[in-house]
Amino acid sequence: MIEVVRAGALTTVQDLGRHGVAHLGVPRSGALDEPAHRLANRLVGNPESAATLETTLTGTAVRLDAPATVAVTGATAPVRVGDRPVAWGAPVHVPAGAVLDVGTAAHGLRSYVAFSGGVDAPPVLGSRSTDLLSGLGPPRLSDGDRLPLGGAAGPPAAVDVVPVSAPARDLVLRLVLGPRHDWFTDTALEVLATARFQVAAASNRIALRTEGTALERAVHRELPSEGMVLGGVQVPPNGCPLVFLADHPTTGGYPVIGVVPVADLAAAAQARPGARVRFIPIHPPDHDAARDGSGGNHGERDR
Amino acid sequence: MKVLRVGTNALLVELDSDGEVQALHAEITRRRAAGSLPPVGEVVPAARTVLLDGLDDPGDLARELPSWDVPEQPADAGDLIEVPTRYDGADLADVAAHWEVPVDEVARIHASVEFRVAFCGFAPGFGYLTGLDERYAMPRLATPRSAVPAGSVGLAGRYTGVYPRSSPGGWRLIGRTDLVLWDPEREPAALFTPGTRVRFVPVDQ
Repeated sequence: MIEVVRAGALTTVQDLGRHGVAHLGVPRSGALDEPAHRLANRLVGNPESAATLETTLTGTAVRLDAPATVAVTGATAPVRVGDRPVAWGAPVHVPAGAVLDVGTAAHGLRSYVAFSGGVDAPPVLGSRSTDLLSGLGPPRLSDGDRLPLGGAAGPPAAVDVVPVSAPARDLVLRLVLGPRHDWFTDTALEVLATARFQVAAASNRIALRTEGTALERAVHRELPSEGMVLGGVQVPPNGCPLVFLADHPTTGGYPVIGVVPVADLAAAAQARPGARVRFIPIHPPDHDAARDGSGGNHGERDR
Repeated sequence: MKVLRVGTNALLVELDSDGEVQALHAEITRRRAAGSLPPVGEVVPAARTVLLDGLDDPGDLARELPSWDVPEQPADAGDLIEVPTRYDGADLADVAAHWEVPVDEVARIHASVEFRVAFCGFAPGFGYLTGLDERYAMPRLATPRSAVPAGSVGLAGRYTGVYPRSSPGGWRLIGRTDLVLWDPEREPAALFTPGTRVRFVPVDQ
């Protein structure tokens, strides 16, 4: 078991999320910086699907009932076991009764804490992830909570590549245009490609929200609800694009101007409010082939 | 049918009617079960679209989809779920006024329709049910309620829905059921899945 000594600003249990249930209205959830989550697990000898703790800015502190190997990845942060500073991004032995403290992030926003055996919260629909949109999975951590750890992990990794988050610079996100980029004016598409936006304070596990020049719509009618994907860049009525992260709703009624490739989302998960964001629009592969059967009559869309 | 690319691994198929969405969703489900569809992570029907997400090579499927033979679904396709409903919702009188019928006519009209779950969204297990005639479409509340009790039956636009859990909401409430629509411990977790037929059965208690 682990006992939460200091929950931190927002600490949740995360794994690789819920899959195959979006048609029931269930968000995918899962670690926002998935490579960091996978790495933390590898470092302690867990399968990458084991549950870790995802912290937000201020870290967390937990007391371990039994000895375990732990590793902290993602946002770089000071890590201590009791009073002793220990390595970030490496397997660390924590004796029974000791407190593991992950401090405030130096760079980045979300740290991942893996424990050998994994956090053994009860799975819901195949995942132990906390889903903050729909309330599935374990609740966010509170001081005094106790969480079980699983048994038997493999040996800790001897060597792995541990990328260190770079100091704050512009977040640059590629964006594959569509499916609704033609709902926006040419000016809006130009703004999207050239303007700098700011990460808004209202960002959360559902979406990275931005502030900046509003994107103007060319089509003003209502969009019937349609399926949303991870990385989808939706433009709500205020015109400020938001990037859907793991807890995003499965359907939505605002147009998606483009989709950020999953490979770029780890950086989005680590961007702090106030950071500058740029988008690099790219056309989808063989986008000409994805026309309608009748030869791509765009007027048909305005039925 | 129009096939739109969504990022690098998904397709959004645009269709013209509820029936076309239902038919394509059924055909995708059939092909998936038969193993003749390339592996796909999520199939999400919605109001006028079906999303296929988690495709390795969406280009191939995008080219192939328009040539699919998609049979229309018979009216009695899909399971039928009966929902015992007390028609005593807080907005019953407003709905009656909007429909220009006496209050007790709302239940009769609503319970005479066979609905179909067109798609799910908003919350786990929340189905958007179609079947009510266009003339009974209801605008949402201007100010959503901060808490709508679980089991509340509501109307919004041309849809009927039942709140699986207590949540904020702006649908016009006409009644309530004790049926448990969502239980993650149950298989299936959601009672309303896309394609399911639904009838509301008036009860006194």
